[in-house]
Amino acid sequence: MASPTTSELLELTAAGALRRIDEGELPADEVFDAYAEVAAAEELNAYLWRAEPGTRPTPPSADESEQLRGLPVAVKDLFCTEGIKTTAGSRILEGYRPPYTATAVRRLSQAGARVLGKTNMDEFAMGSSNENSAYGPVLNPWDRARVPGGSSGGSAAAVAGRLAPWAIGTDTGGSIRQPASLCGIVGLKPTYGAISRYGMVAFASSLDQCGPLTRDVTDAALLLRAMEGRDPLDSTSVGIDGGVELPSREDLGGLRVGVARDFSHHAEGVEPGVAETFERSLATIEQLGGSIEEIELPHAEHGISAYYVLAPAEASANLARYDGVRYGLRVDGVADLVAMYERTRARGFGLEVKRRIMLGTYALSSGYYEAYYGSAQKVRTLIARDFERAFERCDLVVTPTSPSVAFELGARTADPLAMYLSDYFTVPMSLAGIPAISIPAGLAEPPGGGTPLPVGLQLAAPAFAESRLLDAAHALELAIDFQERPA
Amino acid sequence: MIDREQVLHVARLARLELSEAELERMSEELSGILEHLDRISALDLDGVDPTSHVVALENVLRADVPWESLPRERALEQAPDRDDGAFRVPSPQA
Repeated sequence: MASPTTSELLELTAAGALRRIDEGELPADEVFDAYAEVAAAEELNAYLWRAEPGTRPTPPSADESEQLRGLPVAVKDLFCTEGIKTTAGSRILEGYRPPYTATAVRRLSQAGARVLGKTNMDEFAMGSSNENSAYGPVLNPWDRARVPGGSSGGSAAAVAGRLAPWAIGTDTGGSIRQPASLCGIVGLKPTYGAISRYGMVAFASSLDQCGPLTRDVTDAALLLRAMEGRDPLDSTSVGIDGGVELPSREDLGGLRVGVARDFSHHAEGVEPGVAETFERSLATIEQLGGSIEEIELPHAEHGISAYYVLAPAEASANLARYDGVRYGLRVDGVADLVAMYERTRARGFGLEVKRRIMLGTYALSSGYYEAYYGSAQKVRTLIARDFERAFERCDLVVTPTSPSVAFELGARTADPLAMYLSDYFTVPMSLAGIPAISIPAGLAEPPGGGTPLPVGLQLAAPAFAESRLLDAAHALELAIDFQERPA
Repeated sequence: MIDREQVLHVARLARLELSEAELERMSEELSGILEHLDRISALDLDGVDPTSHVVALENVLRADVPWESLPRERALEQAPDRDDGAFRVPSPQA
């Protein structure tokens, strides 16, 4: 077989490219070079840094047995990369060059992948539209007047827009799954503890988790396999017992799939196109031999309230480190130390980050701690219990990933609460720490009509049941056969 | 409701200088958000244990073996101001 043309090459999944490299049809360096070129010329504002075309980085070890064969990978700019600027989407880290590399990125390098670029994101991963980046919004490749979702919007747009074969991102309350849904790709949030958080700029430490954004489920499994595992530098990391098998299942025979009536297509605020697509997915599940079980997740609807106490509270503590002393921005010409802190932070942080620091500080302050933080931690327990009970009756839980398709730029920026509700279906899994994946389920017109846009289906499984989750997602992916591409 | 005085107090705790416009905006927006968050206070949470962490881990220990840490010069490299092997800051008592 002849080697593929550049446009064919950019259509390959990572696993597809690896197969051709192994069969000698495709020089590995050609893949990197082709992506370096399209990334350099991109118009989605998906990248904040890219490898210069022609300056291909050498993988740290040149072991021929490396599984990932020098393939390029796009990395969310929340991961520290030694010597490569890392901004977390914030002005306060402008020009920062970390002295070390995040474990997840180091593992990918050890497996033979090369960093193609650092992707744009909502500042400190706070946002659902990528409009909170200090470096400008990312555009959705399906419709450039719309958002790609967030906070891993640059990673999602890069993969969907054929500017990277695959990418990694982070998910605190939906930041991988929601942009994957809005961009028509696969996004996996693994179980909390599956992948080390070392070197990942911290947002909400009890929720943050790294994961893949890919063209298909097999690629997600490949990246997860390369990154998961215990890391002595992150004592909350435990890895996935038994490792990660590549998914092979083509049916759902014997699998019980739970649907909570009030926490799915019947929930308030779900767009009709999203609800219809979800109903079609349920029919597909049954056609594949799965059974639909009615379950209850009575506290899931309180997920957003609990999350927007817990995550800002943790963030307000984590972001205390940006004080103009050790790295990053400092506002000079201030005689007093505290005034230097206050002005540096005032200039360095964007509005949403300030809002969350304020919210979190308030929730943790004397007199309010128990009412907000204490109660939210208890709600977290109730939500985790809801899932435990559900998984006694079913093997997986499904929901729409996002209540809406990609919305227009600016549509929710004036109303923080409306923006927060974008994470309605993704936050409860984060609070429970369980793995969840979004796969493309079809296209639907936005309300009011227009070009049809991607709709995601979210599947969730018990903690560390990634293999079950990936297998079911693989079977569904085959049956749904989503072939549409951004124009 | 969270009023202007409370916003100022919280901003001081958070070491965040807010402009006049931000103060006003914050007071209004935080009130709206808190009103939504207050829904959880209507739940019966008596006897429910709080969850601070989802993975059942306790006392993760490592062997007490020293390893190489970041060299001092490397750690100071990114500092906006440094002097004599240390981070330099404006006086806290100015």
